[in-house]
Amino acid sequence: MRAGRTFATAYASLAYGFLYLPIVVLVVYSFNRDGVGGFPPQHWTLDWYRTLFADSAMWTAVGNSAIVAFSTVVLSMLIGFPAAYALDRYAFPGKGAFQRLVLLPLIVPGVITGISLLLLTVSSGFHLSLVTVILGHSTALTAVATTEIFAGLAKLDRSLEEASADLGASRLQTLVRIILPGLRTSLLGTALLIFTLSMDEIAVTFFLIGRENTLPLEIWSRLRRGATPEMNAIATLIFLFSVVTIFLSQWLMTRGQTGTSFVQEGITT
Amino acid sequence: MGRSRLSAWLVTLPPFAWIALFLFVPYCLLFCYSFWSLDANQQVLHHATFANYLHLATTPLYLTVILRSMRIAFSVVLLSLAIGYPLACFLVFQAGKYRQMLYQAVIIPLWISYLVRAYAWKVIFGNEGVMNTLLQWCHATSHPLGFLLYSPFAVIVTLTHIYAPFVVLPVVASLEKIPPELLESSSDLGANAWQTFARVILPLSLPGVLSGATFAFLLSFGDFLAPLLLGGPSSVMIANIVANLFGADYNWPLGAAVAVLILAMVLTILTLTQKLERRWRAA
Amino acid sequence: MSSFLRLEGVGKRFGEHTVLESISLDVEQGEFLTLLGESGSGKTTLLRILAGFEEPTSGRVLLDDQRLDALPAHRRPIHTVFQSYALFPHMNVFNNVAYGLRVRGCPRGEMTSRVQEALAKVRMDRFATHFPRQISGGQKQRVALARALVNRPRLLLLDEPLSALDANLRVEMQRELKLLQREVGITFIFVTHDQSEALAISDRVVLLHHGKVEQCGSPRTIYSTPRTPYAASFLGKSNLITGTVRQGVADCGAFSVPANLPDGPVTFSLRPECIVPATEATGEHLVPFAAEVVAEQFHGADSLLTLRCAGMELSARVAALHNGGGFAFRAHDLVPLEQE
Repeated sequence: MRAGRTFATAYASLAYGFLYLPIVVLVVYSFNRDGVGGFPPQHWTLDWYRTLFADSAMWTAVGNSAIVAFSTVVLSMLIGFPAAYALDRYAFPGKGAFQRLVLLPLIVPGVITGISLLLLTVSSGFHLSLVTVILGHSTALTAVATTEIFAGLAKLDRSLEEASADLGASRLQTLVRIILPGLRTSLLGTALLIFTLSMDEIAVTFFLIGRENTLPLEIWSRLRRGATPEMNAIATLIFLFSVVTIFLSQWLMTRGQTGTSFVQEGITT
Repeated sequence: MGRSRLSAWLVTLPPFAWIALFLFVPYCLLFCYSFWSLDANQQVLHHATFANYLHLATTPLYLTVILRSMRIAFSVVLLSLAIGYPLACFLVFQAGKYRQMLYQAVIIPLWISYLVRAYAWKVIFGNEGVMNTLLQWCHATSHPLGFLLYSPFAVIVTLTHIYAPFVVLPVVASLEKIPPELLESSSDLGANAWQTFARVILPLSLPGVLSGATFAFLLSFGDFLAPLLLGGPSSVMIANIVANLFGADYNWPLGAAVAVLILAMVLTILTLTQKLERRWRAA
Repeated sequence: MSSFLRLEGVGKRFGEHTVLESISLDVEQGEFLTLLGESGSGKTTLLRILAGFEEPTSGRVLLDDQRLDALPAHRRPIHTVFQSYALFPHMNVFNNVAYGLRVRGCPRGEMTSRVQEALAKVRMDRFATHFPRQISGGQKQRVALARALVNRPRLLLLDEPLSALDANLRVEMQRELKLLQREVGITFIFVTHDQSEALAISDRVVLLHHGKVEQCGSPRTIYSTPRTPYAASFLGKSNLITGTVRQGVADCGAFSVPANLPDGPVTFSLRPECIVPATEATGEHLVPFAAEVVAEQFHGADSLLTLRCAGMELSARVAALHNGGGFAFRAHDLVPLEQE
């Protein structure tokens, strides 16, 4: 068993290595003067970061992405909450179909969600812009909001709501005073998750973008023209931002003891 | 009683309306478009015809690409399981007090931009990239290995990297659900560690494996970024075909038809695996 | 003379916390031994040490004079019936029972007949193709028993197997378990916190308290002559009466009794059912006393009276409603206890 144990640890280390290797490479090379050429990396420098900070087109794209992401969070939560509530609490005809439809964007290739919304936009005579991007993200990410909030609702202690009703509170009052506070950390964690996913969204955005670029698409268009080591710098910054966000979100989730961390579960319910 | 009925309606209406308008209607449009066609002036003819589907059925290109996409997706699943299943076992049975931390360590990569991670592999596999310069530095090879980048290999490795955590998580969930008494009982009845694994742990973890595998398969199947960034002409996948038909190869009706086809395949696979999983879970 | 199972100074510590303190015990082949105690008494830990799921921090365990604690759990000729039954949910009843035989490579023909025989013995042969989720708690328990017994272990450990069943079923299962043990002749070590259960089915009871053996003996012995106040109050109800001995006489306030004990303070145990109305008392060396009935609880077959006399309260169990008058008990029902 001893041998088995060390083998298992070694295997696990390799697995983690595989998961983290690319990121380590990026971070290391973002400080490398010669870009991606050469191993081992020599000539440490912050030049690429300097170039990045002077790159106004990139920062405009960041701004656009942030606007889209914030709007998406608001919309997704506003739609996702009642959807999750309805799925958790009510029985109505067509519930199964409704549930499957809501969760569809999780599993259907983003390309398809993107083009179907493109068809809608064009057919109704609208122009592509950040607004269409927001609509696209919201539709796709409502599924995430619904799943997470549904899981959060399922974990709530029902007897608290019954006690509230017993003491005379209306459904709305119970919602505001008992349910929402109980979901607080779950909601915050979900908001962070949706924000992050929206900042990184490409497939749906690809088809709904107008003249203003979001960050991923800006990076994407640069990559098509040929990568510069500046890309390593922005990638590292995005990585750092993601890490901070995830720690924040997990810290919030564990404080609220609402557990579930993944969209995955939605598929299997 | 009327009050609560009303509030129920108020609650379900907004999401219902949104889903109807932005999911249901677009899919219907997609469906309609697949039956239309383009005339000589690149205008859409709103005239129902099976021409697109016929074209798909009779042109070998599409079948080839679909099969290739399935092959790549399947390879991703196998590789993800090879890496992810032992990792999940390690987390649940061996990690002890580090478990929470190591579990988070699996989730962290998921939050990092897809683009960043895919790009990173491009950096690693390029001719001037880490892998090649490292190999040459060790004198293992004398010139860059061409197959590393712009190949199905690169696409598979990248997609495995992206989707492996999606396999680990449900497997961990199903392993955690196994009551420890079952493992003790197996040991008590005379089974050694390997027998307990093969007869108790493995069968009981299958629902999680299926769920993770399905997710990874479907996401890989419909992926269009990795092949675009890292795949060559030999690794074009079905989602790229759709994207092109809505882009440079301008033929929206045909693109819609391919999309409907993909949608049908995804839904079928999902239904099948859900049925299978339900049967396994009940046991 | 070597005994079948011997525990020598078995102790278990978890960090600073001592769960078991030097347990020494001899178990005879074919006996039905019960480890009785409250939660935290160490009884489950002791069972797990025997099964091989925990290692003792001191002492050793010998089976037929061979070191049992040197063997890993899966190689011990001992099987366990778990509190939650631990039936494998993905296998039907037949395959569950066959598991132990299968992992040890038993040939198919022999395996089938042995499994069928075991299932017949617990009357679950009609359920061979059922799955655990399709059968009731009591039935699951019988399958768990069959699964353990089919492998013909030298020793069977049962970890509170009846605690999840409701009252009527429990009593029935207690009877069945006793009969089964007699029939197969295997040594059973049974763990429970229910003292009436322990008294009902065991050949011998080991009472554990704070990780130590408080008392050990046949049910009748430890019930009628408990050694300590804890033993007296844990096994059934008991009145604890304090008194002082002076020159062979114990003065307990409400009465005095001749006692062949050294001078000094003494605590006695007196079972409620030993106190009878004076008018019905029979036998030698009766000790009469006067008391006031302050409360009465009707229990159907009898009544539990609370008596007050000379500043102390006693419980008495009488068969029928009394009609006033005093009470009495026989002198030898007063059992002196060791001071703690």
